[in-house]
Amino acid sequence: MTSTHLTRRAALLGAAAATTTLAARGAYAAPYTVGFIYVGSRTDYGYNQAHAEGAAAVRKMSGVSVVEQSKVPETVACANAMASMIHLDGASLLFPTSFGYFDPYVLRAAKQNRDVTFMHCGGLWKDGDPLNAHSYFGYIDEAVYVSGIVAGHMTKTGKFGFVAAKPIPQVLRNINAFTLAAQSVKPDITTSVIFTGDWFMPVREAEATNSLADQGVDVITCHVDSPKVVIETAEKRGLFTCGYHTDQAVLAPKGYLTGAEWNWPYLYPRWVAELKAGKTISNYIRGGFREGFVKSSPYNKIVPESARQQADAVRNQFKAGSFAIFKGPIKDNKGNIVIPAGKVMGEHDPVLEEMGYLVAGVSGSTS
Amino acid sequence: MAPPIALGWWGVPLAIFAGAIRVSTPFLFVSLGEVVTEKAGRINLGLEGTLVMGAMSGYATSYLTGSPWLGVLAAGLVGAMLGLLHGGLCGLPRVNDIAVGIALMLFGTGLAFYLGKPFVAPKAPNLPSLPLGAWSDLPQVHAALSVNALFFIGILAAPLLRWMLANTGLGLMIRMVGDSADAARAMGYHVNRVRLWATAYGGFMAGVGGSFLSLYYPGSWNEGLSSGQGITAVALVIFARWDPMTCLWASLLFGGAGALGPALQSVGVTQGYYLFNAAPYILTLLIMIISCAPDRTLVGAPGELSITR
Amino acid sequence: MAGRLAAAALAPLLAVLASMVLFGAFLFAAGVDPLQAYGLIWLGAWGSWFSWQNTLVRAAPILLTGLCMALPAQIGLVVIGAEGAFVLGGLGATAAGLWLAGLGLPPLLVQIGMGLAGIAVGGALIAGCGALRQYRGVNETISSLLIAYIAIAVMNQLVGGVMRDPASLNRPSTRSLPDAVMLGNIPGTSVHVGLIFGVVACIGAWWLVYHTRYGFAARVVGGNARAGRVAGLPVGRLILSFCFLAGGAAGLAGMVEVAAVQGAASADLATGAGYTGILAAFLARQNPLALIPVCLLLGGLDAAGGLLQQRLDVPDATMMVLRGVLFLTLLASESLQGRISLPRLVRPRLAPVAAAGE
Repeated sequence: MTSTHLTRRAALLGAAAATTTLAARGAYAAPYTVGFIYVGSRTDYGYNQAHAEGAAAVRKMSGVSVVEQSKVPETVACANAMASMIHLDGASLLFPTSFGYFDPYVLRAAKQNRDVTFMHCGGLWKDGDPLNAHSYFGYIDEAVYVSGIVAGHMTKTGKFGFVAAKPIPQVLRNINAFTLAAQSVKPDITTSVIFTGDWFMPVREAEATNSLADQGVDVITCHVDSPKVVIETAEKRGLFTCGYHTDQAVLAPKGYLTGAEWNWPYLYPRWVAELKAGKTISNYIRGGFREGFVKSSPYNKIVPESARQQADAVRNQFKAGSFAIFKGPIKDNKGNIVIPAGKVMGEHDPVLEEMGYLVAGVSGSTS
Repeated sequence: MAPPIALGWWGVPLAIFAGAIRVSTPFLFVSLGEVVTEKAGRINLGLEGTLVMGAMSGYATSYLTGSPWLGVLAAGLVGAMLGLLHGGLCGLPRVNDIAVGIALMLFGTGLAFYLGKPFVAPKAPNLPSLPLGAWSDLPQVHAALSVNALFFIGILAAPLLRWMLANTGLGLMIRMVGDSADAARAMGYHVNRVRLWATAYGGFMAGVGGSFLSLYYPGSWNEGLSSGQGITAVALVIFARWDPMTCLWASLLFGGAGALGPALQSVGVTQGYYLFNAAPYILTLLIMIISCAPDRTLVGAPGELSITR
Repeated sequence: MAGRLAAAALAPLLAVLASMVLFGAFLFAAGVDPLQAYGLIWLGAWGSWFSWQNTLVRAAPILLTGLCMALPAQIGLVVIGAEGAFVLGGLGATAAGLWLAGLGLPPLLVQIGMGLAGIAVGGALIAGCGALRQYRGVNETISSLLIAYIAIAVMNQLVGGVMRDPASLNRPSTRSLPDAVMLGNIPGTSVHVGLIFGVVACIGAWWLVYHTRYGFAARVVGGNARAGRVAGLPVGRLILSFCFLAGGAAGLAGMVEVAAVQGAASADLATGAGYTGILAAFLARQNPLALIPVCLLLGGLDAAGGLLQQRLDVPDATMMVLRGVLFLTLLASESLQGRISLPRLVRPRLAPVAAAGE
């Protein structure tokens, strides 16, 4: 047991000697190693699977090797995982993909490892944070909006159900986008929200879906880490569903209308290539349809032409940068005006990242 | 199908009733298994791991063979094997059954997660349900009264077990082994063997209870499936004073309490949902506090049970 | 003395070896090379100074939460509510820290205040379980488990509700503790001082239990409560005080988690350290001093788990299986103790065995 701090090259050689799998491919020159850390399982049909699909795209690149760890909780285990990827695997680029990793773990690791780049999903990088840390996220509410339009066309009762984990801004934004979109088709549509309290609670998610079905909703969507249970339960009750994170159509062939998906397999290889070539990229990265961050799932064959046309039209407007979801007047569900008439908030408006209200027509409380 | 009608506040009791049936079935099976184990004088805290192993193996078997009922059987057998492990270890001298239970909880859960990885994505055939609500026009009633056959098996098993324990030679043997090992030995009963089989039976029931989770409700296998139902069921047995029929009512109560949180949210009562979700635990603790007393052991407690001595 | 130590350590060592063999067989059946796996565990846990630091950081909280099980065990109580005391102790420490720092007190006083708050809250919780047992006859295993679940729900409710920092939008948490108040690292390492708290607490607990009259009284009660009462020992007071110390240790661990690692209280406070402490205490056979090497073992396994996952592509559940196997073999080996005879030369002169609480 040596007390000297292993250099990264020595650690890599030691690691290569200790294992036979993964590791260096092709030339002996150390490949560019990219590490991915997931908070849940890679096969969760949801958030983590979306990132893993991005990682799979990176793995196909030549001269790049990928290491992954899943089920890493937002505790010191995350610091452990990052440190071990840096010191034992020689990673030069890390993707810690869960929101709660950022403060304090990513920030601390970035300060301690100035020559490693950290691309954190969901975080809120601000001036003063280390320059080798970057945070990125997508305006998936644009894709949720498009789903909402389709749902608005398909609903017969005008009641939507939304199973959500926690009332944080990213979730509230999705609930609001979904509702506003549907209300643009039929103004009387309402959404009932049930918060389960945490990102992964299968039994509670099933209970919530059943409760909502009992209340007469006929379209269900969700914002939880793994939509699998919600979609399957809704399918059993004969309801329509809109997916989230990745494409869950195979789970609900009859009722899955469309869904809002991440497009990481498009973005990750690009970023890896840029960083590997030594280019600098922005510390605060956001994007929607236009920049290729998000996409929609294919339509179910039962979705009529009128719905498709309207949804496609809005999507094209997003791509052209000419559509705003949050333009006034918008009232919250307590009657206050949260966006006054005439005011338009673009997706990148930082005020939206702090959203704390639910729009009129949504029943549920943010606290 | 008629368009869904909102039930408003009526939705809450209906949801509690439906939830009571849905959510209670695992509690029912695990507690009906553990009640016999504890009557024989052993406490099996490892049922949490057994439940999860049962859920995984039931789902895997259903997927690989196409028959959900075969999955239920497989889950029961796997549970029985874990029960044998527990009983076998506890039969060794100086081994503490609570410790073995905790060890099995870890081992069973870990093994289930490990072996279950390939089964998270695929879809296995689920257990059928009996549409008892067909008489109603309301789809909500359909859904609420769409009861699974396992639930009925559980309801029938409860009085059967009570009768068995009270009125048969087998029941007498179990009770005697649990109340006084010396008296049982004097009667010629093989104490460890009775406890071994009682624990195996408990494991079988817990495995079946687990298969209900993965094969019916929520109906798929993943790692967040159990949130302590196994341990809660052990608390339930104590709460039910080791009487199988009371286990039945208690399971329904716990199932209803578990459904309370989401039901209230769906009608707009949204404050404090964490506390609502903790309702079953608070309920159990309150009832234990009220009904226990320091000067006597819990009424009905088997004399040999390590936690009541 | 050395002979007695050898005899006591023999069964657990055999258990560790046996579990390595069993786990190796399990891995082999799963198509993984066991030697490679053990090599990686060594590399990730104890193979370099870097790994050691990881291990020590993982071991630090378990030293304290293990005491939460080991101390009441001396009295014959089986308390498994460490996670609840950890979580609420951490929350209480955060509240105290924010309040005291707001009053402008110097950092050292704030830290002491946080520690006391963590100990008080955690201690009260487990002492409550002890009181329920003593005065209402409620079984402490079940009550402490239920209280742990309830405590986590209360923590989630408070952190997302009245204690929430309005600026912590995407991950509800309390306001962050000021940097000046955070616990630092042991100089020259990247391991926080919480490790020292743990080691000192374990040594202190060992001293209390085996070298004081109070500890002796506790062990007598643990052996036979009725005999203890007949002998005039203050059973109620012993139970309450030991439970308070136990909960206080876990609460202190919670305070360390907030003040040295996380910086604020959030849902992430439920790290599972409480449950690992239970395992550690059993592996250490409820002996606070033995807790130290056991925590180094478990901390190492935790630290190395990720490496196994990523290099050998085995699921994260693998380490859970290893822990379970370790525990089961240890329990089986307990019963063999006394049946394994040491060679004549080293057979110790055994003192009359004080019955360990069951």
